[in-house]
Amino acid sequence: MVELALPKNSRVRNGKTWPVPEAEGPVRRFRIYRWDPDAGENPRLDTYHVDTGSCGPMILDALITIKDKIDPTLTFRRSCREGICGSCAMNIDGINTLACIYGLDEVKGDVRIYPLPHLPVVKDLVPDLTHFYAQHASVRPWLETRTNEPGTEWRQSVESRKKLDGLYECVMCACCSTSCPSYWWNSDRYLGPAALLHAYRWIIDSRDEATGDRLDDLEDPFRLYRCHTIMNCARTCPKHLNPAKAIAELKKMMVERTL
Amino acid sequence: MPDPDLKTRPLSPHLTIYRPQINSVTSIFHRVTGVGLVLAAVLVVWWLVAASSGAAYFGFVDGLLTSWIGFLVLGGSLWALWYHFCTGVRHLVWDTGAGYGMTVVTGSGWVVVGASVLLTAATLLAFCA
Repeated sequence: MVELALPKNSRVRNGKTWPVPEAEGPVRRFRIYRWDPDAGENPRLDTYHVDTGSCGPMILDALITIKDKIDPTLTFRRSCREGICGSCAMNIDGINTLACIYGLDEVKGDVRIYPLPHLPVVKDLVPDLTHFYAQHASVRPWLETRTNEPGTEWRQSVESRKKLDGLYECVMCACCSTSCPSYWWNSDRYLGPAALLHAYRWIIDSRDEATGDRLDDLEDPFRLYRCHTIMNCARTCPKHLNPAKAIAELKKMMVERTL
Repeated sequence: MPDPDLKTRPLSPHLTIYRPQINSVTSIFHRVTGVGLVLAAVLVVWWLVAASSGAAYFGFVDGLLTSWIGFLVLGGSLWALWYHFCTGVRHLVWDTGAGYGMTVVTGSGWVVVGASVLLTAATLLAFCA
């Protein structure tokens, strides 16, 4: 359902302003979403000042600097620091992206950082992705075959393998799904761009033999057809993939198989 | 396992913090103009019904709809009609599987905005000048 306002317990209040550090270079101001599950209070927006002279070039470097030198309670996920694990997905300067591959110089003025939109918050910038992962699992993201296993491996031509380019690179960071207004209002029934991209990735895999079943599963007013081509998913994908295009191909296949 | 904290957890901000972009703004306006055009259609029907129910009543409704405020509403509806038409064509192209590259999406977004304004101006010139 469309709910424009946040629930009462989710409204963001003004938080603490942390002192300006002694700086070697220009100081950047950060406005960061905070929520402490143990405090029993509403979320708040804390203000931090980061010395860019002693900090790396990426948003993630700044977050780590804050955690190291200013406020050790600031909580966020991070791992690979090179855009391959998808852990540090968050809303930076109004768009969803990975903090580790988004440069400080790409943001003008204050750096506003929120958790991925319209998700339950576990703590600070850590959202609960349980439902998102369950939706991914629901499209059965693995090879399904009917014929007998070949002696060596399932073969695929170079051309067939090419069809998976632009799909297999997805790191499941959830930037796309949580940028989609349709997913915000209907994530209970709409699968969202990430899960649908993965569904398409298996449907067009020449080795997969469950295409019909997979399309049957998606033939639903909500699961697939809540995509209204808003295109926020493709615009925001930090890996430059195009879930909207994958969804369009799925819709086309739905029509083509009835002809 | 069901999450024991699910009820107490806040929902992260969404609409109010997400940056409006040409792709999302053209999309929501496609819907807004769609709904608006239904209301505009009712106004036009009201005009026609008034014309068939006598000179006095038609004079009243016609006066209202051709006043400056009526002109703003109907002129806005004319733009809404052209805008919805242009974005509608864009959706038809998308339905063929074409036009999904992000540069194309951004470009076609600005094209429909520009085209809707030009078509509105051309229609006004053709019928009101």
